[in-house]
Amino acid sequence: MNHVLPIALIFAMSCVSIAALLCCLRLLIGPSAQDRVLALDTLWICSMLMCLLLGIRYGSMIYFEVALLIALLGFVSTIAMAKFLMRGEIIE
Amino acid sequence: MIHWDHLPLWASLPTAALLVLGGGFTLTGCLGLLRLPHFYQRIHGPAITITLGTGCILIASMLLFSTLETRPVLHELLITLFLLMTTPMVSMLIMRAAVHRDLRQQHRLAAEKESPIAVYRDIQHQSRGDRKTS
Repeated sequence: MNHVLPIALIFAMSCVSIAALLCCLRLLIGPSAQDRVLALDTLWICSMLMCLLLGIRYGSMIYFEVALLIALLGFVSTIAMAKFLMRGEIIE
Repeated sequence: MIHWDHLPLWASLPTAALLVLGGGFTLTGCLGLLRLPHFYQRIHGPAITITLGTGCILIASMLLFSTLETRPVLHELLITLFLLMTTPMVSMLIMRAAVHRDLRQQHRLAAEKESPIAVYRDIQHQSRGDRKTS
């Protein structure tokens, strides 16, 4: 009956994984430190999207909690790294 | 795969469209992160990923689960709200750090061009002062 949704889901999953690969590439070749921090932040977002897509795929709400946790941790870690870039130390 | 066999067509088509759109936006944003030449241009790439891509996929998830459970499922609004609040803060902090670092490097280069000896003396002076205080 519904053959559109699985195909769309597989398409979205492959898109998000290719996007994560591109982020990894930028993380490796990034010429400056701020590039690497930006790539790492985007990688957090990509993994969060992957968790949401897996939640849709398997129809469970547990993946949603994982996505919320990933978003929270990504925010905190990116803030810490940006502060380190600016000042050279995190806790003054 | 079992859980969406009973999904009506009016819900599955918009969900599929939103999923495809979200995946495309995510890929576009990360392609921008990889391809753009300068850091100040590159920081605009992930903004698309975060706002549009995440928004589309979250709305798709909300629509799907609301239709399956026949009651409004609004958990995803939490993630949306959180991301909408934190994303500008994160990009502003990274941008400020980048500007600081670039300005510091420019100052150092300009000072070295003007008089290398003065910079050397300055560094020596600073390290001596550090030693005294520590």
